[in-house]
Amino acid sequence: MQFLEHLELAILIPLLGGIFVLAFHSRPRLREASSILAGVLLFLYITQLLGLDPAQDHLRTLLEISPGLSIAFHLEPLGLVFALLASGLWVITTVYSIGYLNGNAEKNQTRFYLFFAMSIASAMGIALAANLFTLFIFYETLTLCTYPLVTHKQTSEAQSGGRIYLGVLLGTSIMFFLSALVITWIQAGTLDFVSGGILEGKLGGTASVLLFTLFMLGIGKAALMPFHRWLPAAMVAPTPVSALLHAVAVVKAGVFSVLKISVYVFGIDFIAEQDASVWVLWLAVATMLIASVIALSKDNLKARLAYSTISQLSYIVIGAALAWPAAALGGALHIVTHAFGKITLFFCAGAIYTATKCTHVSQFNGLGHKMPFTFAAYLLGALSVIGLPPFAGSWSKWLLVEGSASTQHYIVLGAFGLSTLLNCAYLLPVALRAFFKPPSPDVAAAGPGIREAPLACLIPLCATAAGTVLLFFYIQPLYDFLYPVFNP
Amino acid sequence: MIEGYFNYWVVIILMMMGFYIVISDSNLIKKIIGLNIFQTSVFVLFISMSKVKGGTAPILTDEASVYSNPLPHVLILTAIVVGVSTTALGLALVAKIHRAYGTVDETLIHGQDDIQDET
Amino acid sequence: MLDHLPALQVIIPLISAPVCMLVTRASWAWLLATAVSIASFVMALLLAREVSVHGVLSYHLGGWVPPLGIEYRIDHLSAYVLIIVSATASITMLAARKSIEQEVSREKSGLFYSAYLLCLTGLLGIAATGDAFNIFVFLEISSLSSYALIAMGRDRRALTSAYQYLIMGTIGATFILIGVGLLYMLTGTLNILDLQQKIPGITGSRTLHAAFAFLTAGISLKLALFPLHLWLPNAYAYAPSMITVFLSATATKVSLYLLFRFFFGLFPPEVSFESFHLGRILLPLSIVAILTASFVAIFQDNIKRMLAYSSVAQIGYMTLGISLASKEGSIASMVYLLNHALIKGGLFLAMACIVFRINSVQLEDFAGLGRRMPWTMAAIVLLGLGLIGVPLTAGFISKWYVLSAAIEQGHWLGAVVVVGGSLLAILYIWKIIEQAYFRTPVKVALHTSAIREAPLAMLIPLWVLVAGNFYLGLNTSFSYNFASTAIHAIFP
Repeated sequence: MQFLEHLELAILIPLLGGIFVLAFHSRPRLREASSILAGVLLFLYITQLLGLDPAQDHLRTLLEISPGLSIAFHLEPLGLVFALLASGLWVITTVYSIGYLNGNAEKNQTRFYLFFAMSIASAMGIALAANLFTLFIFYETLTLCTYPLVTHKQTSEAQSGGRIYLGVLLGTSIMFFLSALVITWIQAGTLDFVSGGILEGKLGGTASVLLFTLFMLGIGKAALMPFHRWLPAAMVAPTPVSALLHAVAVVKAGVFSVLKISVYVFGIDFIAEQDASVWVLWLAVATMLIASVIALSKDNLKARLAYSTISQLSYIVIGAALAWPAAALGGALHIVTHAFGKITLFFCAGAIYTATKCTHVSQFNGLGHKMPFTFAAYLLGALSVIGLPPFAGSWSKWLLVEGSASTQHYIVLGAFGLSTLLNCAYLLPVALRAFFKPPSPDVAAAGPGIREAPLACLIPLCATAAGTVLLFFYIQPLYDFLYPVFNP
Repeated sequence: MIEGYFNYWVVIILMMMGFYIVISDSNLIKKIIGLNIFQTSVFVLFISMSKVKGGTAPILTDEASVYSNPLPHVLILTAIVVGVSTTALGLALVAKIHRAYGTVDETLIHGQDDIQDET
Repeated sequence: MLDHLPALQVIIPLISAPVCMLVTRASWAWLLATAVSIASFVMALLLAREVSVHGVLSYHLGGWVPPLGIEYRIDHLSAYVLIIVSATASITMLAARKSIEQEVSREKSGLFYSAYLLCLTGLLGIAATGDAFNIFVFLEISSLSSYALIAMGRDRRALTSAYQYLIMGTIGATFILIGVGLLYMLTGTLNILDLQQKIPGITGSRTLHAAFAFLTAGISLKLALFPLHLWLPNAYAYAPSMITVFLSATATKVSLYLLFRFFFGLFPPEVSFESFHLGRILLPLSIVAILTASFVAIFQDNIKRMLAYSSVAQIGYMTLGISLASKEGSIASMVYLLNHALIKGGLFLAMACIVFRINSVQLEDFAGLGRRMPWTMAAIVLLGLGLIGVPLTAGFISKWYVLSAAIEQGHWLGAVVVVGGSLLAILYIWKIIEQAYFRTPVKVALHTSAIREAPLAMLIPLWVLVAGNFYLGLNTSFSYNFASTAIHAIFP
């Protein structure tokens, strides 16, 4: 299995898929097929990587830009989980996109699939990065590759959304992330990800607090307030983009970077010792609550989900900032569980739009009877995001709550409780309205015209909804796999 | 004071005169004249510094043992060539500007450009 | 033959210039200019190899032994700049034929190419010579020919821009002449190596102070260091497209080389920075240059002007690196020099392509170009990313080095400005991109199907630069190692 060692394959496969997409510009079927094929191949490749011995460091240096600064990949449980998640959901999303784009007769589909593939390639780069430098490079390419997706409709609305998207993400990353990177480089003399961190003894006290804050603000993709505006702005994108990129690839790349930096650059113990996360912790708690309240006020379903994402991302940041192994592990699990829950919700939003052109929650009255599968899936996804058993979200939330109790951050504990209540308040009414309120006059008038979205949309959303339940029962392997990362 | 640094006083006065004309005058030709004076002051600086007290012109003869330094003269010969080319090019440009704008006054030219920008 | 390379490097373009004037057919003149440019590029590469293998090359012009005779002295720093200048010249000339045919009238094209060759001579000469007065002469050769070249632009404002440049450039050059004269007065020598050995003994002298001040002011004018940059935006905006490409990538870069040569070589760095506090002058000016020029660039509607202001800002980054007075800062500045020459040359070349097709560089006329000239626009996007400093591009590498040099020295303000400048660059680059991809043309004339992709002869050189932008972003072995050897040689 020599080829498995060539970790750059994870980037090349989607890129190659992209080239085929380009080549089959005028043959839509072949184009879609090559997109799916690349997705499946990538997923299979990543699953094969799971079989390699993670104890060995499968370091693969692609090129050394200048001494000490290299583009290199390695295998490590956290990254593998993220890679597996992103590649798996890519396949599902591609199927969904085919249904959605054709159902809504979107233009420029070749460009869409091309940049989609490039985004996944960037996400793979982030997942497998062996040092901060590589991570930063792919972090930036991910921003740039997703820009054409966000502005896909090329309307002035898309343009202004794209401006905010690019401005915030590029701005924070250059202003804070890059600065933090250079400071780390100068202080630690290396940018490699090393278990236990590289800053031990190199930095202390306020400087470490500042550096950690700089990193966390710099990772604009983690959407910590006040740098969260890009996420709702990016909702002008077609729904599959919102689903994959803003429930999975982009935002998860952000919080994945947060965890990776906490574990491999700072080291959980180092953060705890130096209390480096003290500012970030409160910022994340504030973000979690404020975003939930804003979500409550949004009538547009996608906007509501966007704010819900911002709030959920802060759970993961809190997991890292608590500097407690169990909490950080909870954060890592939350990446997976929230991905399944949130992508289901976005898929449902897209399916509802495709079937009815309704975008606002207040228009959903009575739709549940016309689209039972969609709304049932929505309900499952919502319950998982809220964190009720028997859904996947409950495990990660449990670990986070446990972590906050163990570190005696009772205010954080209270905030988790409050946030859960708010989650119920903004997620559940959507489904309840659809099932229990009488149809509004115009929905009733449309009558039999409304039915479920195309199968290509419906199957993926049922699959991810089922995933939230399955993950609840089969979380153990994932837990065991990630455990050594946080308890070296 | 004045005596010992006489050549420098001349240089500085000439230089400032030239510089002032370049900055203050709006007539493009006068600016070039100013530039010429400015450059000439530097020539004076070079040539005056090559003078050695009691030295003669740098021609090998039996009578003299002290010569002035000839190198600055040579350098300035080159600099004069540069200065002449600059003046020539400058005047050529002014001639073309006059043809294009009908004036050699800087303020009027800027006025015309501003009008062109607005339309 | 190989022994005479340092002189041939300068003399071949010099002799070809009058020949070019005599050639009657425009295409032959172009052919000659191109051949000479490529030949000088080959010679620069050979010289660089010689320097790497045998160390510094010293060539005695006419066999006169320095310090009496004029010496051509090629060290790593010179070779580095020679490569940049001659490579830019080759790329520019390869792309130039059609654009020049369109912008310069046929009967003048012989003159045009000979002026271009003289300009090339001057720029190469500055880098090759080891004699302070010779530097002045070559500086004037390149400047005078570039005034003439700029004046050949089609807009009548090219004339006033050239005039303005002539006035400011001559003042700058004269300042340099005064500085050189004062140095000669003190030391009795013009040879840079000789000066370098004599200056540390006389640092107390007030005349040396004066010489230093005149040289600094003169070079800063040529360099377009804020606030002496006023000539640059107009000159770049109204010059013939190809001349902008050439000058943007070479003229200010060679002046930066002079800054290195004078303040690290001629004056030992400890004299420049400790006795004369060069850093304290350069640092604030660089910071103001980066911020104000980037800011002004955002509000320009003429894209060539926008890029010109961006150049002023980028010069600020380079002088910022120098002002740190550390080896790392200087290396950063050298790397920046190469990368920026490549990126800005590429962007102006793309502008030349656009001028060739739509005859305008106004922002509003860029509407819809994303569809009509996809390859040109894609090149602008990629080079623009380089200008912003996105990873994988050459621009990132240069910003990285400047940033880490600044942080290493504890210059936090400088570091903040470096990243802040990048943010401003996003704003002005994105203005172009949004206009090209999100808007449809308003003017009827621009709707016609006549607007199509630029000719291959221009596109290929453009994409060579784009490829170079990524190559230098991924492989710094040439840029960093060569610059680092150059700096280590002059920085004790």
